[in-house]
Amino acid sequence: MKAPVSWIREHVDLPAEVGTEELTDRLTMLGLKLEAIERPGEEITGPLVVGRVLTMEPEPQKNGKTINWCTVDVGDANGTGEPQGIVCGAHNFAPGDLVVTVLPGGVLPGGFAISARKTYGHVSAGMICSAAELGLGTDAQSDAGGIIVLPPGAGEPGQDVRPLLGFDEEIIEFEINPDRAYALSLRGIAREAALGFDAPFRDPVERDLPPADGAGHPVEVEDPEGCPVFVARTVSGFDPTAETPAFIADRIRMAGMRPISLAVDVTNYVMLETGRPIHGYDLDKVQGTVRVRRARDGERLTTLDGTKRELGPEDLVVTDDSGVIGLGGVMGGEATEISESTTRVLVEAAHWEPVAMFRTGKRHKISSEAGKRNERGADPTTCEPAADRVVELLTTYGGATAEPGVTVVGAPRPREAVHLDAGLARRVSGMPIDDETAIAHLRAVGCDVVVEGERLQVTPPPWRPDLTDPQDFSEEVVRVVGYDKVPSVLPTPPSGRGLTREQRLRRRVGRTMAGQGFVEVLTFPFIGTGDLDLLGLGADDDRRSLLRLSNPLSAEAPYMTSTLLPGLLRAAERNVGHGTTSFAVFESAPVTAPHGSGPAPILPVDRRPTDAELEELEKALPAQPVHLGLVAVGEADSSGWWGTGRHVDWSDAVEAVRGVSDALGLELQTRAAALAPWHPGRCAELLVEGVVVGHAGELHPRVCTAFGLPPRSVAAEVDLDLLLERAVDLRPAPVFSTYPVAKEDVALVVDADVPAASVEAALREGAGELLESVRLFDVYTGDQVGEGRKSLAFALRLRAHDRTLVEGEAAAARDAAVALAAERTGATQR
Amino acid sequence: MSGPNTDYDPVEVTPLQAEEVEAARDAAIAAIEQAGDLEALKQARLDHAGDRSPLALANREIGALPPQARKDAGQRIGRARKDVSEALAARQVVLEAEHEERMLVEETVDVTLPTDRRRAGGRHPVTLQSELVADLFVAMGWEVAEGPVVEAEWLNFDALNLGPDHPARTMQDTFWTEPADHHVVLRTQTSPVQARTMLTRKPPIYVVCPGRVFRTDEYDATHSPMFHQVEGLVVDEGITMAHLKGTLDHFAGQLFGDGIDTRFRPSYFPFTEPSAEVDVRCFVCRGVAVSSAGDACRTCRGEGWIEWGGCGVVNPRVLTACGVDPEVYTGFAFGMGIDRSFMFRHGLEDLRPLFEGDVRFSAAFGTEI
Repeated sequence: MKAPVSWIREHVDLPAEVGTEELTDRLTMLGLKLEAIERPGEEITGPLVVGRVLTMEPEPQKNGKTINWCTVDVGDANGTGEPQGIVCGAHNFAPGDLVVTVLPGGVLPGGFAISARKTYGHVSAGMICSAAELGLGTDAQSDAGGIIVLPPGAGEPGQDVRPLLGFDEEIIEFEINPDRAYALSLRGIAREAALGFDAPFRDPVERDLPPADGAGHPVEVEDPEGCPVFVARTVSGFDPTAETPAFIADRIRMAGMRPISLAVDVTNYVMLETGRPIHGYDLDKVQGTVRVRRARDGERLTTLDGTKRELGPEDLVVTDDSGVIGLGGVMGGEATEISESTTRVLVEAAHWEPVAMFRTGKRHKISSEAGKRNERGADPTTCEPAADRVVELLTTYGGATAEPGVTVVGAPRPREAVHLDAGLARRVSGMPIDDETAIAHLRAVGCDVVVEGERLQVTPPPWRPDLTDPQDFSEEVVRVVGYDKVPSVLPTPPSGRGLTREQRLRRRVGRTMAGQGFVEVLTFPFIGTGDLDLLGLGADDDRRSLLRLSNPLSAEAPYMTSTLLPGLLRAAERNVGHGTTSFAVFESAPVTAPHGSGPAPILPVDRRPTDAELEELEKALPAQPVHLGLVAVGEADSSGWWGTGRHVDWSDAVEAVRGVSDALGLELQTRAAALAPWHPGRCAELLVEGVVVGHAGELHPRVCTAFGLPPRSVAAEVDLDLLLERAVDLRPAPVFSTYPVAKEDVALVVDADVPAASVEAALREGAGELLESVRLFDVYTGDQVGEGRKSLAFALRLRAHDRTLVEGEAAAARDAAVALAAERTGATQR
Repeated sequence: MSGPNTDYDPVEVTPLQAEEVEAARDAAIAAIEQAGDLEALKQARLDHAGDRSPLALANREIGALPPQARKDAGQRIGRARKDVSEALAARQVVLEAEHEERMLVEETVDVTLPTDRRRAGGRHPVTLQSELVADLFVAMGWEVAEGPVVEAEWLNFDALNLGPDHPARTMQDTFWTEPADHHVVLRTQTSPVQARTMLTRKPPIYVVCPGRVFRTDEYDATHSPMFHQVEGLVVDEGITMAHLKGTLDHFAGQLFGDGIDTRFRPSYFPFTEPSAEVDVRCFVCRGVAVSSAGDACRTCRGEGWIEWGGCGVVNPRVLTACGVDPEVYTGFAFGMGIDRSFMFRHGLEDLRPLFEGDVRFSAAFGTEI
């Protein structure tokens, strides 16, 4: 909401010394937040005066242009009283016109300093100004680019022209919260200013009204719930060519709206002044009785923005004998719109039910100035005076005659009193506000207060539909006392329990990943099926079951993702695009299952839902397990002066997850798998305690190509929740043997497709309890072991916890290990 | 070597003569002194202290002397051998030191060579900022509450006094999921976590709820469909706006530096009444609005204060819907953007680097901010 300061001051007697900053500071602290202060012409300094063009000699030039050599009467503003000689290139004015003249010493916007200078054979001492030169927008008083010609009699030559251009005006833009609809009017803003400075307030709706005699245009309201008040007034003999007076056009423009025609401008002006949206109909186009009812299915209306709209029973409409002529309170119809031939006007000032306004505006996607006020709730008592004000302005400036008869259907519903403790504001704010102060402040904001001991019976004023609950009134008291007066007191909570187990573990996972050289990224969880196609997921892959958004930002990505990989691969692609060749990224975030068990109920709010209701709510939500995903590209260890680095391979992806499971005290097992988007021969299924937690390995070559990644990039994704719930909370202290270690190396030849993990498991089991560790240190394939075979070399460390091993014990354990490996995996010792 | 000296003739045992012994010792010491390196010293040791060295050979001859001469000769040889041995040891120390010194010089490397063998990892600054905020509150005895991102409409709106026709619902452009009659949304705020906390715990409640939230905002320099909030909730007996102010002042001081406080302006939120916007004193100009160079402070754009978030006293309607008796308990709540707080704390003007995944961005913050 934009409001010129002069208009505000018209309705409140602010002390002269109150400046605009002080005004906006106070209003901000009362809840009308300052958005900006505009000062047109702020950049212009020096003499800018009214000039009367005395003579104007066109002088054609060699370059084809014609300039005008003018003499301009600028009164005494030039210090001599002599006419000022000025060269001007524009032609849209004539001798006798009043023009805006800047004299030498003046500075125009952009730091353009004016001085007397020789040009086209004359000394030009100043400039006749156009709107553009003064920094005015296209909405300025004259056509953009042309010289501004002031209305005859606008001022005397030599007089400062700024007030005539509105340059002395300051416009305040407020950000109005939805609970303060009353402040979407000069009436409301001035009222708050009066409250803030304890200054007299002049209410624009306080006026003598003609009696409502029901003799005006016939109106029937079939839905008094939806339209509790409908006021109709009519004027005739309106001159559709009458110009809007400058003060109305200027104020409408300053308020951020566009002047259109006198009849329309007057309704907008009164809406800005009073907060009451008003609609004007061309009375000659209205047929018979005006009615208000709910629309019927299938009814249509072309609104005055030219849009054809399908109406439904939730829409409140205004009808006449021809059918629907307006979408009540939201937008009028095209058929009865005021035009350049309108001479009779039907003025409608009606109060509409806010929820209906909200729904209609939302359904038809109409955001209008009228709708904005109606859906937040206007003051129902303003209908009559606002309509009367419109009639007054139409008769004063449009030559119209008010027709007798005032139709008023319905009446504002009286507000119900709210009972509250006088000390509520004190208890809510923590400020020492005594009861008398609270009562005084409630009255100051317009409430009617009846004191009943320590209880108050408070009736809110009609312009405050937002005041319904006791606590609403406490806010009114506190804002008048001042939010800046609220003391600062730290509360004392009971002893806390710190972070939860899961929160601590998730931090540990993040730190572990960073420690492993991975950089955390955050990606949007929106995907499309195209992303899953790029991953190469099969048609029946579970990850293709997705939760769909009704209103996605992009039609290409309408789903909540089931996997972190698309986002991570896109991030990797961007890094490659930015020229980074080796990097590793990870993300830890929830993914979303396709659906819950059914609809989530809309539960009551006047009581706590039952546990059964809450359980139903909970079950309706899709599962959202937290996943950990990672992608690594390029070198794992860099090349450098120390030699060639090592490119990432499938094992880096597994190792990163192993690092995380180690950090959680878990042992990670792997086994071969073939799952998209991984290379079918280089994909490990990851297990913890026998449960599959995810996959890791080298990406499928086609996936690398699809995401613009270099070949042999790697990735992993695990269900972090499965890991976290198994994490070891309390690790027992290790006990070391200090007896000598015995080392035994074995090389076992097995078929190439025997997993090393199986051989290792057999060795571990076969070696028995003397085995301290087993580590595979070499894999050999080649002539010496034969086609389709491989040699696995293991280092066994054997040790007893209570003695030194005797001769032969280590060898016996080794032999037992080899024997079991042979039995289980067909291994032969090399 | 002489044979057993059965018939004593001292003249025949010349190596034991004093002059001979002296000469052998002098020769040994000279050789030791001249040994220029450990290798030469080793040779000198063999030559002059080894089994075949003159003094060793002479020592063996002692037995050939008549008993009365053995003592003298023994002492003479012993002294000489001791001198040689001491010279050897001394020279050994000198040469070893020289050797080590030379070796260390030879092994000198260029320590300015790059050492970046391994990629540096890092955590996302928004994660770090969330953890920092959580820690500040945990230090006061609060706890950290969390909830699902895909949330029930009732918890995101209705329970928070945002009924189906509340105008404020359009202020938060919500992502809805299909089918629409399932009433499931992407949470537009972390407030449903507050509702969940009240529904599952008995007061006193002191929790912060950091997390990701979603709005249907087109992605640009200042808007993102996904961003992060932290909200705080206190429900206890006798809680007032003053406690809210005290908490936010403390929070601001912890996050932005000692002496940085907050100010309240009246505002509107359905879940709080009274409601306030909270501004934090600019931690760069400390509220002066002017930079040290004399022009308008860039961080607060010459305002002296930075818009930080919203807050207020929990609306009794919310308490009722969440099963807390508003006659017994009052509460306060606040919420601010984590991304936004991070942006002005670290001077980031365009939010998009937060969600582009360029490793150079996150890596710059390491593992703590």
